[in-house]
Amino acid sequence: MTSVLPVMRGRSWKFGANVDTDQIIPAKYAIYSLDEKKLGEHAMEGVPGNEDGWAQQVSPGDILVAGSNFGCGSSREIAPVAIRGAGIACVIADSFARIFFRNAINMGYPILQSPQAAEAIHSGDELEVDLEAGIIRNFTQGDEYQADRFPPFMTELLIHGGLVPWVRKRLQERTFA
Amino acid sequence: MPMTMTEKILARASGREEVGPGDLVLAKVDFAMGHDLTIPHAGRIMREQMGATRVWDQERVAVVQDHFQPAKDVASAGLGRLTREFAREMGVKWYFEVGQGGICHTVLPERGLVLPGELVVGADSHSCTYGALNNFAAGVGSTDLACVLSLGELWFRVPETLRFVYHNRLSEWVEAKDLILHVIGQITVDGARSKAMEHSGEAISQIDMEGRLTMTNMAIEAGAKNGIIGYDEVTEAYLRGRAKRSYSPVAADPDAIYERTFEFDAEAVPITLAKPMSPDHAASIDEVAGTKLDQVFIGSCTNSRIGDLRRAAAVLRGRKVAPWTRLIVTPSSHQVAQAAEREGLIGVFLEAGAAWTASTCGACLGGHQGVLGPGEVCLSTSNRNFPGRMGDPKALVYLSNPVVAAASAVTGEITHPKEVVGKELVLA
Repeated sequence: MTSVLPVMRGRSWKFGANVDTDQIIPAKYAIYSLDEKKLGEHAMEGVPGNEDGWAQQVSPGDILVAGSNFGCGSSREIAPVAIRGAGIACVIADSFARIFFRNAINMGYPILQSPQAAEAIHSGDELEVDLEAGIIRNFTQGDEYQADRFPPFMTELLIHGGLVPWVRKRLQERTFA
Repeated sequence: MPMTMTEKILARASGREEVGPGDLVLAKVDFAMGHDLTIPHAGRIMREQMGATRVWDQERVAVVQDHFQPAKDVASAGLGRLTREFAREMGVKWYFEVGQGGICHTVLPERGLVLPGELVVGADSHSCTYGALNNFAAGVGSTDLACVLSLGELWFRVPETLRFVYHNRLSEWVEAKDLILHVIGQITVDGARSKAMEHSGEAISQIDMEGRLTMTNMAIEAGAKNGIIGYDEVTEAYLRGRAKRSYSPVAADPDAIYERTFEFDAEAVPITLAKPMSPDHAASIDEVAGTKLDQVFIGSCTNSRIGDLRRAAAVLRGRKVAPWTRLIVTPSSHQVAQAAEREGLIGVFLEAGAAWTASTCGACLGGHQGVLGPGEVCLSTSNRNFPGRMGDPKALVYLSNPVVAAASAVTGEITHPKEVVGKELVLA
């Protein structure tokens, strides 16, 4: 376990509570299920007010901040894929809907649960996220927030790049067992 | 340690004596499902990234063409082809082609593929539907499904269980759909997040299997991991001659520990709808009656099984859809469509001036055959009405039971069914 989780810096984009997967990536774009770049172009387009696009304003490395139950609704993994495709480095939320949470962890895509951060951060704040320590620093407001700790197995999945390498290893163990 | 039904299934599947809320377990999966929007992605992850060359058990996998099929455009035809090729190359036993299956969550129960005591996952959020048959069933993403297809196992966090007890019986005109919309209205779309919802009580024992499937179908709309109902005569009768494998039901221990118990007087629950734009915006029919409708949609894995169509047809028999309103009826499976044909229901819908479509998820997720434009108002028997779910984010969607939907199609506005059919609903 030598790989270390990265420290990320970016500008925040703030969203409300109960943003569902059809707002994150409207179902009509599910035809691009296998094209992360194309999905990224339409990320968050279903949020009222974003009809004319949102991803075009995102700089690679920016951070998405949301309220409670982020990613509720469908199980389609294209939701976190679209957000990653838009260039968002990580998602911070008050809480995550269960399937979105699983999908992100399984993809090895960093997410943090921090009610404190989700409430305090404004759109446009300059943030730094230390994934290893679970610390979110807000340079704009001169503040710092702690994220909830994930169970060790989930942290391990994140460190190793998600569920894919875990399954590959297990398949090999079975073959040679 | 006493356990709930959900805990017992996860303990058995992970080879442990007991489990409790918060435990992370690696559990064996009894049945897995994917469809045309999730199999292409899962298949690619499984074969190209995980390096698996076959599915763990060909007899325990279902692949269903339902979301954007019959192909709504060229890109969907591509996803349909990838889904078909995957099923064929992997030798998947339960492959359901267009015209032979229907919506996955109707197909799997009606073919007896998801059974009591089992652990089921589906790469679709409404996979929680199957829990009405006394199993643990949860929706997962494509990477999760790829893991299950490769290994036959998956990691789970054992959920806390919320118990919902319904005293007395439902009143006239009030159905399972009204009950679950009422519950979600009370606890909100976040109210059962990542937890198990266990339904019991006198009202549940009186609700038939179709109604129970409607209730567990919407567990995800409260954020739940799964919805589950105990095994009884209704379950046994439904599975007789249908179950494809032998099974072992589970019951909660009398002293099982629940995080919280919610009690409802089912008799006091009114006809309940969800207003735009969230499934927890519950309203009684009196609050929303008179709302003008552009479209009525009777379809989806929530409410377009044969019983739903029988009741909707009983309202529409000898009546017409109102001018300037359109009614779309989408049977939830091929078997449902066949039964509707045998019973003369299709003729009733066509005579009333409704569009009868192929069995597909279709309009429910704004796919095809009934996508809404900006500002349009729709009453739908489906499960979810977040902004943009059925098309344009500025469309307004109300959710209801199928009898209310049919009556409202006749008047062109949200209407109490007794105003259309008189005293009581007469099934032919």
